[in-house]
Amino acid sequence: MSIVRPYGDTTGDGMVQLSFTLPIKHSKVAEGAAAQLANKMGMDPALVVHAKPMGDGFTFFVVYGRVNHLVDTDQVEVVERDYPLLTPKEANAAIKRSLRRRMVVVGGCIGTDAHTVGIDAILNIKGFAGEKGLEYYREVKVVNLGAQVSVPQLVDAAITEKADAVLVSQVVTQRDAHLLNTREMSAAFRESYPAAKRPLLVVGGPRFDETMADELGVDRVFSRGTTPGEVASYLVHRLTTRKAS
Amino acid sequence: MGKLTLDAADVRRARTLARQVGRPIVKTAQRHTTVSVERATLRLAGLSGADAEGTPWVNRLSDVVRADVGLEHGVSAPVWDALLRGEAEDLVTLAQKASAGSVTFRLPEGRDLTRARTAARKAVGKGITQIDRRRVERERMIAKVGDAPRKPWIYLIVATGDIYEDIPQAQAAAREGADVIAVIRSTGQSLLDFVPEGATREGFAGTYATQENFRLMRAALDETSRELGRYVRLTNYASGLCMPEIAALAGLERLDMMLNDSMYGILFRDINPIRTFVDQRFSRQVHARAGIIINTGEDNYLTTADAVEAAHTVTTSQLLNEYFAKEAGLEDWQLGLGHAFEIDPAVPDSFRLELAHALLARQLFPKAPLKWMPPTRHMTGDVFRGYLLDGFFNLVGALTDQGILLVGMMTEAVVTPWISDRDLALQNVRYVMDSAGKLHEDFHPAPGGFINLRAREVLGESIGLLEDIKAHDNGLLDAIADGTFGLMKRPADKGRGLEGVARKAADYYNPATEILEGDPA
Repeated sequence: MSIVRPYGDTTGDGMVQLSFTLPIKHSKVAEGAAAQLANKMGMDPALVVHAKPMGDGFTFFVVYGRVNHLVDTDQVEVVERDYPLLTPKEANAAIKRSLRRRMVVVGGCIGTDAHTVGIDAILNIKGFAGEKGLEYYREVKVVNLGAQVSVPQLVDAAITEKADAVLVSQVVTQRDAHLLNTREMSAAFRESYPAAKRPLLVVGGPRFDETMADELGVDRVFSRGTTPGEVASYLVHRLTTRKAS
Repeated sequence: MGKLTLDAADVRRARTLARQVGRPIVKTAQRHTTVSVERATLRLAGLSGADAEGTPWVNRLSDVVRADVGLEHGVSAPVWDALLRGEAEDLVTLAQKASAGSVTFRLPEGRDLTRARTAARKAVGKGITQIDRRRVERERMIAKVGDAPRKPWIYLIVATGDIYEDIPQAQAAAREGADVIAVIRSTGQSLLDFVPEGATREGFAGTYATQENFRLMRAALDETSRELGRYVRLTNYASGLCMPEIAALAGLERLDMMLNDSMYGILFRDINPIRTFVDQRFSRQVHARAGIIINTGEDNYLTTADAVEAAHTVTTSQLLNEYFAKEAGLEDWQLGLGHAFEIDPAVPDSFRLELAHALLARQLFPKAPLKWMPPTRHMTGDVFRGYLLDGFFNLVGALTDQGILLVGMMTEAVVTPWISDRDLALQNVRYVMDSAGKLHEDFHPAPGGFINLRAREVLGESIGLLEDIKAHDNGLLDAIADGTFGLMKRPADKGRGLEGVARKAADYYNPATEILEGDPA
């Protein structure tokens, strides 16, 4: 069965919850307007369970109701993992076997972003979600440039260290700063390297869309919740198969 | 009497070490000046405005003076010597002529020097008198319209990029219950080596700190304060390359609190350590005079390091911030020392650990209005769980008598706060304060219990870290260079803004420093 609908407490009940604000004073009309919006969104019946005036001329609503939509999981498009998940031991062995040297990974936060949470979760030995970071991998040399690295600094470091892969994390997303910075970064690498020699470019951050890699000019985009093991497995897969082909 | 059974000898030892570690930094700061300190001095003397390209006149003037005679003597004597020689009738005209290349500066000597210094002191003194007036104005206004009704003060952030959008948002936030409004600065302003001019409508994830923006927002909040019958405080950021100038502008425009950390710029913005410490000291002297409360940035350590393992770096930084602040003339009530609720909620006893850390800060700094920062790292996008976490954060705030509470948003890391997020967040704070605000009267952690032991452990680790810093050849500067704080390595001869630092010559003169250090308010 690929057809599903939301689940409240009974299979097939289609129940969802929704909250939003309307820019009108709280009144019976306002509550009716909230119900109307929910109806138009496909909730029927829609139950306005909470309405609270906020400030001057705004009302906050919580609505519960049944939606009539069906979703078909066969029609969902996602970026599925197209590489095998390796343990650190397996990753080390694969690097040794095909590269015959340590893999070099350069990472940092570019632009004015000072949030190193993402890059540190992936690179620092401490890791994330119970998995050790890339520094833990014996066959990986990690150069973590930290926060607020400029694109030229990043390119220089990649050249100096002979990086196999460059990892960039971006947390600040106001006015699409993460997308602008990533495009600037990928353009700089294209300028500074011949296509065949360019290191693998990987970006990650909570607000990235994994399907945007081509548009951003990078090899891979990782989104919220990515673990160091996934990143390591991806790097090993791409670098060792590239070597083999 | 505190709630924790700390060993008084440990507390004394920690403070002594902070003084021993901080003292050489103060000496270094006293031996240097920076372009921003000199520009702040010119701003206090009334020089404002910018040329057609938007470069402030203080930058234009000080650049020419530096090119002619160097920075090491201070710009005051050469500038007022030029005025006395009749090169221009006022500072703006002098700056205009200087940037057109029609004035040459010299180092005055003998009677000329005495006259130049006297004139400089008189002009800068006017700016400081203005700061004094602003302070009195604040005190009078609080007496007249009333103060925030209770502690902690509720601190809300506004950040649209457009000062004219910020104003109605700030007024709305105040009406909803905020006691303190912070206007976040545009991303990257900390790395600009000039202060932008005028009212600004284009910012990047925040609004530029400018004198005009300060004035507009303070005037709007004055109006709202009168309407609400309580004084609403305004906060901005004295940090980055222009820290001293922004401090001066804050004093001139009656801002009430300023973010001002002794090491944040070094560690998180890669600003040169010497530049930071020199700018820091001057800006804190201005804040002391202006009656501004500083907020330090220890919460930032916990955004890059584990909040349990790095708890003692927060304590260490608080001790150093306290030392540097008091050395610069700030009083206890002006020290909004920072800390945050950032322990992974999956860690067993995380709430008890948070309580221990918050109580330790409370007890080490009993008279300081601590700044309590909400969870950010473990806000996952699950807004329901995040709302609960913020409730526990508020509860720690209530139990440990925090002075300034930054309101946590359940949509942290998801969106910039919506109107409903702010409303729900304030309901959360009110519920906790109304239902458990006095729980601290009944709350006495068992002597020898988990909380007491943990607090003592963190204090012990902090003493260990201070001893380790002291053991470095070059003390704190070497410790910063080798990544002791926040895991970032910042050597003293690297970083942004180093070219704007000069070692003072024997005849260095700065009337602002002379007044700020000489005659206390």
